[in-house]
Amino acid sequence: MSDDAPLTTAKQDDAAAQAADSLVEAKGDDLIGKTVTIDRPREELYAFWRDVGNLPLFLENVVAVEPLDDRRSRWVVKAPAGSTVEWVSAITEDRPGETIAWASEEGADVPNSGRVDFRDAPGGRGCWVTATILYDPPGGFIGKAIAKMFQREPAIQARRDLRRFKQLMETGEIATSARNRREYEEEGT
Amino acid sequence: MRALTWHGKHDVRVETVDDPEIVNPRDAIIRITSTAICGSDLHLYDGYIPTMKAGDILGHEFMGEVVETGPGSTLKKGQRVVVPFTISCGSCFHCGKHQYSACDNGLPADNQDIAQAIYGQPMAGLFGYSHMTGGYAGGQAEYVRVPFSDVGPIVVPDGVDDDKVLFLSDILPTGWMAAENAQIEPGDTVAVWGCGPVGLFAVQSAFLMGAERVIAIDHFPHRLELARRFGAETINYEESKTYEALMEMTGGIGPDACIDAVGLEAHGFFADNVWDQIKVATFMGTDRAHSIRQAILACRKGGRVSMPAVYGGFVDKFPLGAFMEKGLTLKTGQTHVQHYMPGLLNAIMEDKIDTTFLISHRLPLEQAAEGYRMFHDRQNEVTKIVLKRGMQPARDA
Repeated sequence: MSDDAPLTTAKQDDAAAQAADSLVEAKGDDLIGKTVTIDRPREELYAFWRDVGNLPLFLENVVAVEPLDDRRSRWVVKAPAGSTVEWVSAITEDRPGETIAWASEEGADVPNSGRVDFRDAPGGRGCWVTATILYDPPGGFIGKAIAKMFQREPAIQARRDLRRFKQLMETGEIATSARNRREYEEEGT
Repeated sequence: MRALTWHGKHDVRVETVDDPEIVNPRDAIIRITSTAICGSDLHLYDGYIPTMKAGDILGHEFMGEVVETGPGSTLKKGQRVVVPFTISCGSCFHCGKHQYSACDNGLPADNQDIAQAIYGQPMAGLFGYSHMTGGYAGGQAEYVRVPFSDVGPIVVPDGVDDDKVLFLSDILPTGWMAAENAQIEPGDTVAVWGCGPVGLFAVQSAFLMGAERVIAIDHFPHRLELARRFGAETINYEESKTYEALMEMTGGIGPDACIDAVGLEAHGFFADNVWDQIKVATFMGTDRAHSIRQAILACRKGGRVSMPAVYGGFVDKFPLGAFMEKGLTLKTGQTHVQHYMPGLLNAIMEDKIDTTFLISHRLPLEQAAEGYRMFHDRQNEVTKIVLKRGMQPARDA
């Protein structure tokens, strides 16, 4: 690369391989990544993300993340037709206030890995949060169903999830146009 | 509750719908006492704005009484408030700079995609104005859910009539910001294209900011008469050649500042195809884009152009050469309503600004659909319709 632009904005398609080099344990071939500026201290944002039980608050397709020990957690993720898929994810790199990287363990329905980096934004504007995610588009019978969700537009999903994280951390809530609680519940399904 | 809902082109109805409720901690529920029909609502009525859904509740100029508050709201039950048409969080970088209409967090995350694609970054949310601007239910209803109620609504003193303060919600701050963007200096001559509510408030604001002369341009005689009432000189562009008149009325110099309050008259997001549709569907099409071209040509060298008028997509034949050669400054943007509300409330209380002159008709909410028809068909004499809760139906409305 002859420029300073992030790999996730590369025009050529070997970016995933290069991004994988930055992961301790890379799982998956398709790369998505997004950066959002959040006007909060990075230590606070890191701590909120590292408490993995918080993640379903803003990751739309994630139903629950259950901590198994200090590094491992069980993920329950929405799949089409009201079903769910699960996998166990392990943190592979953990630098407080800076980075959380993870990889799914053997047997995951959707093998995936990624990292979230927290950096001070220039000009005192808070923190840049960059999520880089590698995943394997699933195959097989289950895969076909899951693919529908994961392959639709994973980059858009990541962008929307990061926006929700920003809203939650900056405003204390996630913006919704639901007029009442019934509409709000329907949005979540 | 009863609410004015959209069902398609020239099809709005007052219907019974579910009541709003507190959903997020910073929400409040407002019982609407007065709500206006905005010129930009007519674009919804005419079916020009994409991403509308049948049953959407319209209205973004409204005020009322606080009846319920979430734990994060700073409002109290019983307070009277005017609600800004922009939904802004008050906590992001842009809100911190008082650029409220550029709020990062006012739109639901999923609704931000379209704005990001069209404009590069998402904007604030808006009440009652399609799903691109958030899909929020509007205020032409008995009740409304107001998000971020701790930063948006302004509390108005008891005893002040609704009609005096209602326009703090949109058109008064919009007219004021238009004049502010014109960076008026003492002795200036300011030209204002369009004598709708925003243009008329820009006329008043320009004088308050020290303009020596204001020249108002329109083709509706009644609207020009209102501008004249505030001290403006007028040009009726159906009777006089606007550029030539402006040059003669300024001794060949051109106005020091030009305010284009025509545009598309909409708060909305216009994609190109919508713009084309308007051009084809209405004879006004080319005239409307014309106002910004004319403003740039007429403006004196080194002058300022302010554009409160809403342009959503692209304008053909923008005179970039004249703009560059003459060294003009262009300032524009959706209104940062929350920034202007406190100062303008004071100006109203001190009788420095007259707002009630604009209201030509008052109707009960139940007759809202009729109000849309009137406003749409009779723009000369129908300058502003305010819908009132509990008002008795008038026979000759």
